[in-house]
Amino acid sequence: MFRNQYDSDVTIWSPQGRLHQVEYAMEAVKLGTATVGLKSADYAVLVALCKPPSELSTSQRKIFSIDDHLGISIAGITADARVLSRYLRSECLSYKHAYAASYPVSRLMTNLGNKMQATTQRYDRRPYGVGMLVAGYDDKGPHIYQVMPSANSFSCKAMSIGSRSQSARTYLERHLASFKQCSKDEILCHGIQAIRGSLPSEEAAKKEESLAQLNICVAIVGKNQPFKILTEEENTKYLNMADELAGSVIHLKSDDDDDQPPQGGDEPAEPGPSDPLVDVPMDLP
Amino acid sequence: MNPFGIQEYPDYPISGAMRYEFSPYESNGGSIVGIAGDDFAVIAGDTRLSSGYNIHSSTQSKLFQLAPLTVLASTGCWCDTLSLIGLMKVRLQMYENTHLKVMTTDAVAQLLSITMYNRRFFPYYVSNILAGIDKEGKGVIYSYDPIGHCERTTYRAGGTAGPLLQPVLDSQIGFKNMDSTETQMPKLTKERAVSIASDTFISATERDIYTGDSVLINIITKDGVEVKQMKLRKD
Repeated sequence: MFRNQYDSDVTIWSPQGRLHQVEYAMEAVKLGTATVGLKSADYAVLVALCKPPSELSTSQRKIFSIDDHLGISIAGITADARVLSRYLRSECLSYKHAYAASYPVSRLMTNLGNKMQATTQRYDRRPYGVGMLVAGYDDKGPHIYQVMPSANSFSCKAMSIGSRSQSARTYLERHLASFKQCSKDEILCHGIQAIRGSLPSEEAAKKEESLAQLNICVAIVGKNQPFKILTEEENTKYLNMADELAGSVIHLKSDDDDDQPPQGGDEPAEPGPSDPLVDVPMDLP
Repeated sequence: MNPFGIQEYPDYPISGAMRYEFSPYESNGGSIVGIAGDDFAVIAGDTRLSSGYNIHSSTQSKLFQLAPLTVLASTGCWCDTLSLIGLMKVRLQMYENTHLKVMTTDAVAQLLSITMYNRRFFPYYVSNILAGIDKEGKGVIYSYDPIGHCERTTYRAGGTAGPLLQPVLDSQIGFKNMDSTETQMPKLTKERAVSIASDTFISATERDIYTGDSVLINIITKDGVEVKQMKLRKD
């Protein structure tokens, strides 16, 4: 990916049929710290790495509660995430007021997708620079949705987004078959284990002895469980539980780390130097 | 006859012509009582919903818990009650979303007042009593008129039997108009407040046709809301 003459405006198509601005917006998601979402038969869980940008400050909020049955975890521009969570909250509240029922998750995702798409088709707007993992529970069961700045939303069994999230995805793929039968405690531990690989390698080495110092934020929603962000004590309890279950297998550096520039994939061969980073100042959550 | 060919009748009654007036309001009856103590608040409401001489329901609660330590009792026009409660629930949720904390009882009281005044020219025909624990841990009662005038009091009776019950509360809790040599009246205990509330309803049921069936009592302390129910005369 590199700068070219077709990327100045979101309303300009490239000759290959791509909207570069939208793709650059997706890059913003990769700058955020990792977050993981996974679900069992009755629960959906979100785990986010809450690393503060410096020693002096606190970490950004990664997990937002939207309604009793739904919450999101974000990676990317936090300000954009706040605007979208305000929108989702107001949609859920109006639905509840009008129909005395919770907004079905899949329909809310379609609604959100429609709103986000408008920004990819107007010259005076820009795409939202935030990727979200949505954990919800309705009468169709638990859901995990991945929403990207391209306005696409995917229903997932488990997913991870953000920087260094490939190792989390590998962990999730490896254990995917066992998630459905997991109990509430087990699925929370899987989430914590998955995100462990997304720590920068030096930190992961330091924390080899115990996970208990991990800066994570955990949330759960499910059957008879309204959306809840776990407290510090609950976090510690599950960190210790995950520690015990982990055993001695520790992976410090993941294979195919996504710090490298993205590989070929579905990209046709384009000559020219690769674009190192989007040089737009933004908040790093 | 006017240009449209519709027969018009004057305002005064004319023999042979029936006038059907539509009123947007209806009184669905019921009474409510609120009593505040040092560290508790008691709010009670009967469970009868009526319309004229007919009873819609004998098991309809008039007490709505808006927040963990705040309960609103609402009586009057039932449709206005439901609409107002729906609106308050939404506003409280929006507050929680923005401020990441539950509204205090005093904040809810003010919000209810301005929400009702917004409808100054087509009022909510409801008689409200808000009960709860304020941020200092003291029991508190706020009573309202249909356009939102809000007053913090120790006790209040509202609804169809309000005028019957208020004097009873005045004498039993306020010790008003009593020839007594006592300078210091005994402090109001939770048990006495609950028994006064239930006794007043028994008396109200005897004299007010719109009050009866049963009374639901919510006792609010800093630990939460305790619910008691007592049967009343069904006639």
